[in-house]
Amino acid sequence: MKKAVLVLADGTEIYAKGLGATTIKAGELVFNTSMTGYQEALTDPSYAGQILIMCYPLIGNYGINKKYVQSSRIWVEGFVVKWAEKKPSHYLSEENLHSYFLKNNVGCIYDLDTRKLVVKIREYGVMNAAYQIYEKEQKPDIQRLHKMVKELNYSNINFVPQVSTKKIQTIGQGNKKVVLLDYGAKEGIKTQLLKRKLKLVIMPYNSTAKEVLEQEPDGIVLSNGPGDPAILKKEIEQIKNLIGKVPIMGICLGNQLLGWAAGSKTYKLKFGHRGSNHPVLDKNLNRVLITTQNHGFALEQDSLPADWEVSHINLNDNTVEGIENKNKAAFAVQYHPEAQPGPHDSMYLFDKFVKML
Amino acid sequence: MPLDKTIKKVVVIGSGPIVIGQAAEFDYSGSQACKALKEEGVEIVLLNSNPATIQTDPTIADKIYIEPINLNSLEKIVQKEKPDGIIATMGGQTALNLAYEFGKKKLDKKYNCRFLGTGLKSIELAEDRGKFCEFLKKIGQPVLNSIAATTKEEAFEFAKDYPFPLILRPAYTLGGTGGGIAHNREEFEKLLELGFSLSPVHQVLIEENVLGWGEFEYEMVRDYADNCITICNMENIDPMGIHTGESVVVAPSQTLSDEEHQMLRTAAIKIIRGLNIVGGCNIQFAVNQETGQYVVVEVNPRLSRSSALASKATGYPIARVAAKLAIGYRLDEIKNMVTKTTPASFEPALDYVVVKIPRWPFDKMPYSNRTIGTQMKSTGEVMAIGRTFEQAFLKALSSLDQKLPNLSKEDIIFHMKTPTDYRFFAIFEGLKKGMSVKQITSITKINPWFIQKLKNIVKMEQTIKKFGLKKEVIKKAKKMGFSDSFIGKLCSKTEDEIRAFRKKYSILPTYKMVDTCAAEFQAKTPYYYSAYEEENESKPSSRKKIIVLGSGPIRIGQGIEFDYCCCHASYVLKEMGYESIIINNNPETISTDFDTSDKLYFEPLDFEHVMDVIELEKPEGVIVQFGGQTAINLAAELAKRGVKILGTSMESIDIAEDRELFRQFLNRLGLNQPKNATAISKEDALLKAEQIGYPIVVRPSYVIAGRGMQIVHDGQELEKYIDEAVEVSNNKPVLLDKYLEQALECEVDGISDGEEVWIANIMEHIERAGIHSGDASCVVPPVKLKKEVQEQIMQITTKMVKELKIIGAFNIQYIVKNDLVYVIELNPRGSRTMPFLSKALGIPIIKMATQLIVGKKLKELKLPEPTINYYAVKSVVFPFLKLPGADFILGPEMKSTGESMGIDKNFHIAYYKALLGANLKIPKKGTVAFSFKEGDKERCRPLAEKLLEMGFEIVATKGTAKYLEGLNIKVIKKISEGEPNIVSEIKNRKIDAVFNTPKKGGQPQTDGYAIRRAALEANILCITNFEAAEALVNAMYEIKDKELDVCDLKKYWANNKK
Repeated sequence: MKKAVLVLADGTEIYAKGLGATTIKAGELVFNTSMTGYQEALTDPSYAGQILIMCYPLIGNYGINKKYVQSSRIWVEGFVVKWAEKKPSHYLSEENLHSYFLKNNVGCIYDLDTRKLVVKIREYGVMNAAYQIYEKEQKPDIQRLHKMVKELNYSNINFVPQVSTKKIQTIGQGNKKVVLLDYGAKEGIKTQLLKRKLKLVIMPYNSTAKEVLEQEPDGIVLSNGPGDPAILKKEIEQIKNLIGKVPIMGICLGNQLLGWAAGSKTYKLKFGHRGSNHPVLDKNLNRVLITTQNHGFALEQDSLPADWEVSHINLNDNTVEGIENKNKAAFAVQYHPEAQPGPHDSMYLFDKFVKML
Repeated sequence: MPLDKTIKKVVVIGSGPIVIGQAAEFDYSGSQACKALKEEGVEIVLLNSNPATIQTDPTIADKIYIEPINLNSLEKIVQKEKPDGIIATMGGQTALNLAYEFGKKKLDKKYNCRFLGTGLKSIELAEDRGKFCEFLKKIGQPVLNSIAATTKEEAFEFAKDYPFPLILRPAYTLGGTGGGIAHNREEFEKLLELGFSLSPVHQVLIEENVLGWGEFEYEMVRDYADNCITICNMENIDPMGIHTGESVVVAPSQTLSDEEHQMLRTAAIKIIRGLNIVGGCNIQFAVNQETGQYVVVEVNPRLSRSSALASKATGYPIARVAAKLAIGYRLDEIKNMVTKTTPASFEPALDYVVVKIPRWPFDKMPYSNRTIGTQMKSTGEVMAIGRTFEQAFLKALSSLDQKLPNLSKEDIIFHMKTPTDYRFFAIFEGLKKGMSVKQITSITKINPWFIQKLKNIVKMEQTIKKFGLKKEVIKKAKKMGFSDSFIGKLCSKTEDEIRAFRKKYSILPTYKMVDTCAAEFQAKTPYYYSAYEEENESKPSSRKKIIVLGSGPIRIGQGIEFDYCCCHASYVLKEMGYESIIINNNPETISTDFDTSDKLYFEPLDFEHVMDVIELEKPEGVIVQFGGQTAINLAAELAKRGVKILGTSMESIDIAEDRELFRQFLNRLGLNQPKNATAISKEDALLKAEQIGYPIVVRPSYVIAGRGMQIVHDGQELEKYIDEAVEVSNNKPVLLDKYLEQALECEVDGISDGEEVWIANIMEHIERAGIHSGDASCVVPPVKLKKEVQEQIMQITTKMVKELKIIGAFNIQYIVKNDLVYVIELNPRGSRTMPFLSKALGIPIIKMATQLIVGKKLKELKLPEPTINYYAVKSVVFPFLKLPGADFILGPEMKSTGESMGIDKNFHIAYYKALLGANLKIPKKGTVAFSFKEGDKERCRPLAEKLLEMGFEIVATKGTAKYLEGLNIKVIKKISEGEPNIVSEIKNRKIDAVFNTPKKGGQPQTDGYAIRRAALEANILCITNFEAAEALVNAMYEIKDKELDVCDLKKYWANNKK
């Protein structure tokens, strides 16, 4: 049995059990309130650079399979749960969390008071943390962990290059062609687009507007992705040149980038929105949608130019959850209409996008 | 449209007496809804026949109609009150059925009084099996192949195409009453007949089986603007084939992946949209967990037992929200009452596991069949919360307050396979004996994930046995929910020793909050559960505080009445400036609602968990008087550790509860008691019984509702029975009482401050002595008792209460024979009848008692003379129909589940209303069958004469007929005399009511037993007590063609004050 220690920016050291790789890593400590969908979360590229706490205590009950992955690997930097199930039960399950983490060379800390951690983050905001998974007979390198915590600067790291596709890929068949600008796109987004009979061209994050338009797309989707959007200056410049040329749909990071390109700014939320239960009001429909969220930054409402409007707001804290251009075909949402995990309430946004093409 | 301004006054329909399948959850949802409406300035008119409900309190309802829940009452109320709307979705199937009837007759149109929230069309669509299946197909939802049959031919036609086993469910019945699984043609035919007779529309749904599939429930809420949310999803650990009310349930689901969960959630939303639900709705799915395929099983277009559970499991007050939606709000216009900052239009996130386990009444029904299936048999349930499944499960087991069975090897397989209420104990035993998870899964079809968790528990047991008291082991065991007493048993130590060990090593519980949002937002509602974690979130305040102990699961003898008492105590404590803290484990109740107390601990009611809370909170004291026997039984243990038991002293409780001490007490005061003795062994009992003379009532000490009480007629019977009695009594003395035949029984409720005594009234039983007071009907004021005798009873009461220095509430039971008053028992606590009496008088007795308990004097309360210038009758309902095999027979052990009240200026009409309120079907014409025992036969003639005069026909068995000579009656054969006989005639619907008084009863082989079961299953009136029959006939005679009127309770009360 492995052991684990988690060190927080406020100096707290928590000792618990560990599983997966014997490793030492640092990341931004965040929490997610979804009760299901742990595999989708683990493989969501937007979590790159973050250590994820699951609020729900029993994780891994239905095991791990090939169907639910959102990318080819685990992207969280570390995982913190009350209990990691060793003996899952599900007809699709191929392995348990233990072997999955080992394979992906990531560590999981378990058997600790996760709620205490969540309350701490709620009170003080997201914070840096580092952990070590070590063998029972070993001793952890506490000093190093504290140093790693101090040195980490999550907002200055550009995680996008490592999660984006390296080369252009074309998948799917259809009369319409859509470019998916991949800042770390989840499989779920691709699935939803392909379902609507589109030809999908997945392009690297650093593709220029010119390169994108050379594909002669009928529409562009700006994907989700990790990190602080403010540092993606070049990407934002490219998007400025795309607005108005072809219909654009943005998701999560894509929403933030579209906002920046429109002239707005983002700011960091105290502890972000991560879960599958966030109420969002679609102001056009005047209907509440339960949404999947995974973001630590939000768009400023006040700096949004007059030709844009806020189309969606979060009813918990009134933050911007979606924007739409009044004249040009461009809209985006801060949350995940593709779900995976989470409710399917917002699938209509993909239909809306397809109609624009 | 934030609020529909046209709605100023609404009628809320309650669910009536507690029955199997409809317990306290509807008072919980109804009361919560009423409060939510009141906030909006809506006037509430309440219809319910159950007086022991908070919703019928004057603080909740503006107009209170304690009347039978039927069309006549509703129409009369609507005529009188002219309401703008009716809410029918808070009163279970009872209210829904009545609404349906009301709407069918277009009375809603006639009186311009619409159904608020979910409309009639939606209700019909969800409730009519045929239409429902069609609807599902239309919206593309998979549904089981089924047929809604109204004839046997149709049914058998269907059975040709689909193989047995087939599932049968009578339409519009409660808790699956009369439903079952037919494995072959014989069973099929039997269930069909039963189903047709029990379904009010003579319709039975027959469906193909998906036995063994996983069963999942979704609690959904929708508003008029089409916003839909899932409050909670729940997984039935028991697979399809076992009613969800009979299943052990866990929330949230444990074995569904997100993909599957979303698939069901999406389907649920499609369904509630299609049905146009406005408010709450419960949807059940079956999922094949080997393929991921699902089908829709059932929809309840109303609040339900599951919605109550979901509310408590998540902290989300569904009924409150549903009520707001019904008067025109949108979900995003309502606040989340727990966070007070976020809106109600979200889906709760849990960071704990909730387990619900049903509580069955089999311990009180010796001949009933313990099998569980598609029909509900459980009376109540417990819920427990933990950070692991093991912890939640073990805490729930502790909450059951039940003895564990000893199972042999054959038993293990039997209970797993059948299955019975013992199946989980059998699984534990099986695992201990080395059965594999796989083997058990293949027998029980329970998902291996759960069996694995149970195996973890068994493994932990073995570790404790092996290593004994080791810090790390005990720490781990506590995290898994092992109680101190369980650990103690495993390593041969006392519970105290384990507790001391834990304290020495600081292995102490922490308390975590139930906050609807998994800690994402700060919550304002202090609702806690224990867990062995790092951080304790329950910070005791510096206020003066008092803990009220609840009564746990609803069971026979400990029903909603005690929860009512706890709520009232809590309300008063709050008013008096105390911080009121409630500990309870029943998810159906109002005592566990978010705003009943200042602080709620959802915990097992055992010494360990209660003491843990006390040690953290350090209250002024603990009130045990209102939590029934469960709380009283904890008093001694707590007092021993220096906990202050508020109110009546421990010494006095002991004198009242211990039979021997009480006997001495009465002797000292020179009061009469039926000739009696106490015994602690069989030999002792037999000897003393001879001295007293048979028949004898045997009573164990410290029991709920006469558990184990019986009347024995001779030495043989006593011998057979005494061992059980001694066991039930936990080796405390057993009392042998001379049974006073043909005597009148009555009881008194009152309160005292230790010096002065206030007697609320004398309630006179309708049935003769010998029937448990909880099962007897009673009337206030007395009808038969002479004035002098009443005076005498008042004097004796005052004398005893003063002598015992009772502080708070008391209940005393008396027998009167030849004008001599005998004391039967004194209960130094809140009683079952106090809510009834409070309603009858318009005086909140429990609230007054609570004030005395915390030190006020009776004088300060300025209570009025408890005069009453009308009659209030309490009647009861029995669960026999739902417990196949159980005999409809009354005795000193309580069997009823709930009660109703009838009130009128005329005693007979009050009695009649009480019976209607208790769901009795009283015929106005037809045939009545007489079959009385010796002693009753001789006096049944006047009954027959009256019935004949009213135009009834009478058939009587030979023995009884002898005493009816000269009257125009027919003799009917007994079973042994061939057909047609009384039983076959009942089955052929030739008889509309049966009066049958059993000789000794309880023996399944007798004719009487067959007659009573036949009557039950034919759904006709069956009276098994002579006095009850007599009172009924008198009432019927009085009513004849009169139409029953309704009247607001407050009018009766105002009359009293004049």
